[in-house]
Amino acid sequence: MEEGFNAYRQSLESEEQSIKSTQSVVEQAIAWFRAHSMFVLAYGTGCGAIEMPPTFTSRYDIERLGVVGVATPRQADILIVSGYCSPKTLKRVIRSYEQMSDPKYIIGLGSCTINGGMYWDSYNTIKKLDDFLPVDMYVNGCMPRPEALIEGFVKLQEKIRLNSSEAGYIKYRDNYAHYRANQERLFGAQVAPSYEENFAGMN
Amino acid sequence: MVLIDCFLMLLLAYGFGFLYYGLYRNLSARVHGRFGPSLAQSFFDSVKLFVKEQSTTFGWMFYAGPIIMATGAVLNVLFIPFINHGDSLQGLSSSANLIVVLYLMVLGPLGNALGVGSNGNPFGVMGITRGLTRLIALELPFYLAVIGVMIDAGSADFSAIFEAQSQEMNLLKHPLLFMAAFISFLGFMGKSPFDVVGAPQEVYSGPATEFSGKFFALLLSQSAMFSFAKLLLMVNLFLGGADDLGDLVLKTFVLFVAATFIGSVYARFSTIQSVEFLMRIPTLLGIVGLALL
Repeated sequence: MEEGFNAYRQSLESEEQSIKSTQSVVEQAIAWFRAHSMFVLAYGTGCGAIEMPPTFTSRYDIERLGVVGVATPRQADILIVSGYCSPKTLKRVIRSYEQMSDPKYIIGLGSCTINGGMYWDSYNTIKKLDDFLPVDMYVNGCMPRPEALIEGFVKLQEKIRLNSSEAGYIKYRDNYAHYRANQERLFGAQVAPSYEENFAGMN
Repeated sequence: MVLIDCFLMLLLAYGFGFLYYGLYRNLSARVHGRFGPSLAQSFFDSVKLFVKEQSTTFGWMFYAGPIIMATGAVLNVLFIPFINHGDSLQGLSSSANLIVVLYLMVLGPLGNALGVGSNGNPFGVMGITRGLTRLIALELPFYLAVIGVMIDAGSADFSAIFEAQSQEMNLLKHPLLFMAAFISFLGFMGKSPFDVVGAPQEVYSGPATEFSGKFFALLLSQSAMFSFAKLLLMVNLFLGGADDLGDLVLKTFVLFVAATFIGSVYARFSTIQSVEFLMRIPTLLGIVGLALL
């Protein structure tokens, strides 16, 4: 068996080819359009918010990739959770995510969305965002530079183009009980009303 | 034959509408010192939104809003002739005149108000209140200019207006009327400094706040077509109409680029500022222009 960097790359490409071969031309075209038009709801929860303005404006100009910011969750495809989340903020993040229409994706920006990062010992921030909402793409670093965020978008574009059933919004719908239990454990009596009936209407 | 003509006109308006919208994003990016998205980006956005799921419902009136707006845009495209002579690309313009077109131009905002009113979102209602307030001030100078054009041609028919401009276009004959109409036109196109309706930092997306998926795509498509219809109207009223398709592209493009560049460099007026400005400068220009006829 071949070894080394090229072999690894080829194994990834053959995996991509095998997923694509199961899709019709129309499905592939729709996935392509989705990957090239990403409306972003940038939720500035933590310090990561400061990295987003340069990403969207003249210095890094992410609109080149078809990424554009929108002001309302109804029109958004991607939710960026930029940094640490206190339970109070997380409640609003979850409400915003549940108002977005499918297909939708989450980018976790910064180490604190992965494992709490430098806020590991904090009494008032969550450690792992993926326990409460399905994260599709992590961009690690403290703070990640705009280049890293752009790299995250490019990787997410590849993921969207594959139209995989591993997408976060499908995971959230299929494993809602798991996410809901975690949310209830964190928020206790102050948990927001369940949105499960919305999923039933969509299927 | 008329049916094929109408279909062709709608297709052209759709294509050019999205192309110009893409160009608008690209040109304003260049003004900001960026590269900007590809020209077809708005088309990609619209296709993606058409295949996105709808997340909300607020009753049938909510859905009727974008449909009424799209009806207004489609009828406007069909009633405004693309070419100033002959039989091709005339659509239904022989059965309508300028007054019908002006009436249909306000159908969109009214449809929008009905749709937005039923969803109860405060940002949507704020946006539409701003829009309708601004519309009253926009219409005054525009109608003054249009009345001047109609007096000059002695008729409200497009053919008579083209005939009156056969020697010299209205832009050169009545520059004051053109200026009054052009300032209003900036507002109709939603360009700065009159873009208070959907101001993202103030009222989120304004009237479009609650719309998602297919109906948002419909809103985008109709707005692209309606923008092209407004460009056509200005070309027909003041630039003597288009002799052929190349002329049409050239004249609408020049007008569009002028509007985009002006829109890119001005800051936004508040609602009351835009009403005051429109009631003073362009209205005065329109009145003086009318007096000089």
